[in-house]
Amino acid sequence: MPNNVDTPTEEALVPVHVDHLLLDGELAAENAWCVSYDAVNLPEQRPAFVPLALWQANKQDDELAPLLLSDTELNAELAAELNPLSVVAIDFPSFTDGRGYSIARLLRERFEYAGEVRAVGDVLVDQLDYMRRCGFNAMALRDDQHPEDALRLLNSFSVRYQTDVEERQALFERRLATSE
Amino acid sequence: MYRYDIHDQTLVDERVAQFRDQMDRYLAGRLGEEEFRPLRLQNGLYIQRHAPMLRIAIPYGMLASYQLRALADITRRYDRGYGHFTTRQNLQLNWPAQEDVPDILAELAKVQMHAIQTSGNCIRNTTSDQFAGIANDEVEDPRPWCELIRQWSTLHPEFAYLPRKFKIAVTGAAKDRAAIQVHDIGLRLWRNEEGELRVKVLAGGGLGRTPMIAEVVREDLPWQHLLTYLEACVRVYNQFGRRDNKFKARIKILVKALGIEEYRRRVDEEWAHLKDGPQTLNQAAIDVAKGHFPEPERRPVAESAVVNFERLRSENRSFARFVTNNVTDHKVAGYKAVTLSLKRREHAPGDVTADQMDAVADLADRYSFSEMRVTHEQNLVLSDVPVDEIEALWNELEALGMANPTVGTLNDIICCPGGDYCSLANAVSIPIAQALQERFEDLDFLYDLGPLDLNISGCMNACGHHHVGHIGILGVDKKGEEFYQISIGGNSTDDVSLGKILGPSFFRQDVPEVVEKVLQVYVAERHEDEHFLDTYRRIGLKPFKERVYAK
Repeated sequence: MPNNVDTPTEEALVPVHVDHLLLDGELAAENAWCVSYDAVNLPEQRPAFVPLALWQANKQDDELAPLLLSDTELNAELAAELNPLSVVAIDFPSFTDGRGYSIARLLRERFEYAGEVRAVGDVLVDQLDYMRRCGFNAMALRDDQHPEDALRLLNSFSVRYQTDVEERQALFERRLATSE
Repeated sequence: MYRYDIHDQTLVDERVAQFRDQMDRYLAGRLGEEEFRPLRLQNGLYIQRHAPMLRIAIPYGMLASYQLRALADITRRYDRGYGHFTTRQNLQLNWPAQEDVPDILAELAKVQMHAIQTSGNCIRNTTSDQFAGIANDEVEDPRPWCELIRQWSTLHPEFAYLPRKFKIAVTGAAKDRAAIQVHDIGLRLWRNEEGELRVKVLAGGGLGRTPMIAEVVREDLPWQHLLTYLEACVRVYNQFGRRDNKFKARIKILVKALGIEEYRRRVDEEWAHLKDGPQTLNQAAIDVAKGHFPEPERRPVAESAVVNFERLRSENRSFARFVTNNVTDHKVAGYKAVTLSLKRREHAPGDVTADQMDAVADLADRYSFSEMRVTHEQNLVLSDVPVDEIEALWNELEALGMANPTVGTLNDIICCPGGDYCSLANAVSIPIAQALQERFEDLDFLYDLGPLDLNISGCMNACGHHHVGHIGILGVDKKGEEFYQISIGGNSTDDVSLGKILGPSFFRQDVPEVVEKVLQVYVAERHEDEHFLDTYRRIGLKPFKERVYAK
């Protein structure tokens, strides 16, 4: 089913570079990577995240890494291709598009991808807590986001009911363990 | 009733702090309108026609008297001294000040309440049977299961930005009182021949502008797998549900587009990886959940009390009417459930004043173990009243204006807030309900009509569930003027059906007349003791249509 919300416009094809990157819970000193949505042409800037198919066609270029759009269907074959990489980006075309959370969890939990998973695109400080729990360890903040807010909000909760990438025991299990 | 432990309390407290931070940034201009929108919605805050609206969660409709008192207090201090019970067993405040909402949420947290995920494109409040735990047709009390689902769905990191809202309903009884066939996911708890608990999982039902009846994804899921299976169902929806058009984004559209076989195949494929994983339930976890819903310590009720109750019923006509319509049988002999009617002509259906909330809390303390339930028909239920106290309770309810003996009749209208409050509405709905209640207030006439669901929605979002009303009324807008479309034959219980539209819509002032004509056809055509719905199903739409549109 064709399901891409935002068809890239001319403007969107310009590689995006953001200043503020959260990496493993801290503000990174710099963000070298840019994000290019152009499915046909390689960007001039490096290193760059480029759409999956373009990356697949240029694997020899080690300054490129795959950008998974939010309609990416992750399967074992694709995961095998991604697993040796040190970094993968997952795109949030709009912060209300929640598909990236599922992609990240699958990548981490099912396919045991161990490299960096970076959220790019419409990444807002109020989404960071959920992103972290779904397996993102890097978030490239949208330009207007305040990095101090990001640091404050990255861990908004000390309690969680569900299992996730970080927590493998549901609260109902942990409650049983403490009551014994 | 579920009581928070330190974990639940910490979570709601941290949620309040999070929202306070978001509100501060919004008011300071650091968080834009568009970015703030989903955040406030997932904390129950709407921006409405006249003022903000705050929707407070009442998980699966269970409410304790101390909570109702706190709600009364909140409506006095932060609102206009009343609240509105909704068709999703929640409570809405119509006039809070936006900047007060973090404080209101903090007040709620003090009494183990919240407004988490009462709106927005996420998993909403799980709803259930208002007679859960006391119904005599119950196979399994759904409340512990609802609580486990509530916890699983609360701040689920993967499902906060679904394509659209997502509603789960659970029943554990032979008769479905939770409308599970018109929910995104409907769950029926049942037992197989070996007595083992199984879950029937339905998906893709819903009302709104494209009403659909749910289809069966799985007949016999062993209960241990409930949460992992739900996770698979929602993950498939999160990935494949449409996001290009909000009117086509509900799971029903996905299930329809894929076909139930393909949806099931994808769910099962997903579930194969999650099955027996970390969220698999075990007996100890269920026992803990069930421990929150113990049988109350009911005193024995003498046989003679039952006899006296029946005698009073046969002697006192008013009492008999109340018992017939507002009192429901209980699984324990000598006990009954009593429904408090929130349908009075002078108030919008589901509205309750702060003073009434306090009074009901007192009644719950004195008559029903300090608990009550909110029904999706927008009434309240005291679930454990001994028969020898029903007369006294009835007298107190009369004084409160909550003994209207019309539960389940035409007068027990389900109605959304409509154009008087809601910014989505195309037309008003409360004045329609009031006009109908005025026209059909003769009790003998109402009883003669028998069980009749009349549901009104002010727009096609269908919060008033008009599609599943035996008579459904929908407000529509034509070139800025309000009109009303009338459908008949809908039903939300086991033999679910969607109403069929009679024909062209009507002016507001003509609605009572049209409903009266529909009723005349029923009265003329019915076989002895035949209910409205059955008559309609036997004779079809045509006679109604001919009568209503006769020149």
